[in-house]
Amino acid sequence: MEIKDIEKLAKLARIELTDIEKQTYLKEIGSILAYVDQIKGVVAKVGEERKAGNLRNVMRGDEVTNISDSNKEDIVREFPKKEGNYLKVKKILDN
Amino acid sequence: MKINTKDLTIKRAHEDLVSGKYTAVDLANAYLENIKNNDKEIHAYLEVFTDVLEQAMAADERIKNKKNVTLLTGVPISIKDNILIKGRIASAASKMLEGYHATYDATVIKKLREAGVVFLGRTNMDEFAMGGSTENSAFGTTKNPLDIMRVPGGSSGGATASIAANMALAALGSDTGGSIRQPASFCGLVGLKPTYGAVSRYGLMAMGSSFDQIGPITKNVDDAKIIFDCIVGQDKMDSTSIEQTQLKKIKTKFKIGIPKEVMKENGLSLEILNNFAQSVEKLKSLGYEVVEVSLPNLSYSLSVYYILVPAEVSSNMARFDGVRYGLHVDGENMVDDYFKTKEKGFGSEVKRRIILGTYILSSGYYDAYYNKANIVRDLIKEDYKKAFEKVDVIITPTTPGPAFKVGEKINDPLQLYLEDIFTVPANLAGVPAISVPAGYKEIDGVNLPLGLQFFASQGQEDILFKVAKDFESK
Repeated sequence: MEIKDIEKLAKLARIELTDIEKQTYLKEIGSILAYVDQIKGVVAKVGEERKAGNLRNVMRGDEVTNISDSNKEDIVREFPKKEGNYLKVKKILDN
Repeated sequence: MKINTKDLTIKRAHEDLVSGKYTAVDLANAYLENIKNNDKEIHAYLEVFTDVLEQAMAADERIKNKKNVTLLTGVPISIKDNILIKGRIASAASKMLEGYHATYDATVIKKLREAGVVFLGRTNMDEFAMGGSTENSAFGTTKNPLDIMRVPGGSSGGATASIAANMALAALGSDTGGSIRQPASFCGLVGLKPTYGAVSRYGLMAMGSSFDQIGPITKNVDDAKIIFDCIVGQDKMDSTSIEQTQLKKIKTKFKIGIPKEVMKENGLSLEILNNFAQSVEKLKSLGYEVVEVSLPNLSYSLSVYYILVPAEVSSNMARFDGVRYGLHVDGENMVDDYFKTKEKGFGSEVKRRIILGTYILSSGYYDAYYNKANIVRDLIKEDYKKAFEKVDVIITPTTPGPAFKVGEKINDPLQLYLEDIFTVPANLAGVPAISVPAGYKEIDGVNLPLGLQFFASQGQEDILFKVAKDFESK
């Protein structure tokens, strides 16, 4: 891994990093990956077959369940920027 | 009147409140007084609520009218800052949510509120529960009340310190890889990580969604059971929550297993091994049969954990983008707002895990890391399943050593991750585990507590309570 890889990852994660952070993460993530690499050996031994086990998806109908307006005002109050009851964001498309 | 908070338990407080020895207001005042005297030094709390006495008065009303009185009515409890209480700030010790007010009650809060609990305040933690020392809090480190040079453990370190310094009678924490059990062990307390799905996580800030559980931290096993019994249960607001399947008949004789792989763990000091051997002897003298079991894939636990957790973290943290709530930092355009907001809002461990998780989930590495880790996780689950066909309970130390010094490990993330060696397997396998005090190690003239950890198979918390209580009471 190189600095440019860390920069690429930061861009994908939409985080700005300082030069010092990039350097530190490069070193630290390198040593963490070197440690966790041990699992590759065990998988090579058992094969890649994977059972779903007891895990399953829990679904519900696409219905409005939050019928009361009780916390609408509270949610609106937490908006960083608003106009009336609308959440205000910057324009997404440039002209 | 003067209340002896040091020796108080939930059970005792309940008896005293009901018999009228003192009121819930007296009790709340005693804890507020302790907080005033101790918390400047300890820093367990991020906020002490201003309505504590009003809550206590409401509890007194219930007790006076003998209406809806539960074991928890009037009991003063602290809440970890990643659990939502409607109208209160819930910051997860992050600048990202420094000014965020929760818009609803977590299910556990709703249940405790209905039981009449008095919420004292919100406790410090590692930012978004990432860490094992509270040194990753954006608002300063919590000190271990038993030795203020040392950490209280983490991430629920404020929670355990609040009890150890008699600033709360019990606490709620959350546990993704040991965040309840390790700090409980460092502070000489009992901490329970319930079965995955046993307690609703509605209103708990997600960190590693396939690992997280809320659980109690208390002074003894009975108290842990009282809180667990109150918060347990399926919840339609959390699709991962399950109904606990109770054993038809609780056995009276339990067999205990020691994983032979644990004792071979590198770097385990002689003192820890001796302490563990003493615990084994104690269990034998209580009449338990102790046998060796094998968990062949145990040594991969940490690797699996530190692949899957960052992957889940990077997904869960994506919601904090400054658009709908929390911190917003203005950039040049909408996308630049995200970059600036995350840069300012997140501390270094959170960023480290986001970057690592993004790498693990990126195309080309997804198969190499994420998928392989899931395969090994299944092997570990399978190991536990097999072991629990032979024994009812498995024991290990809770941590490789007692509380370490503030600043000792924070600059080496991998070193800090290795501290979780004994606690992460329970989260990987989704099984319940409880840590109870099991003696001390003396360093620099201070007796630092050590913990013994009991695991049972899924849904078998009652067995844990039974065996852990036997162990504790001798």
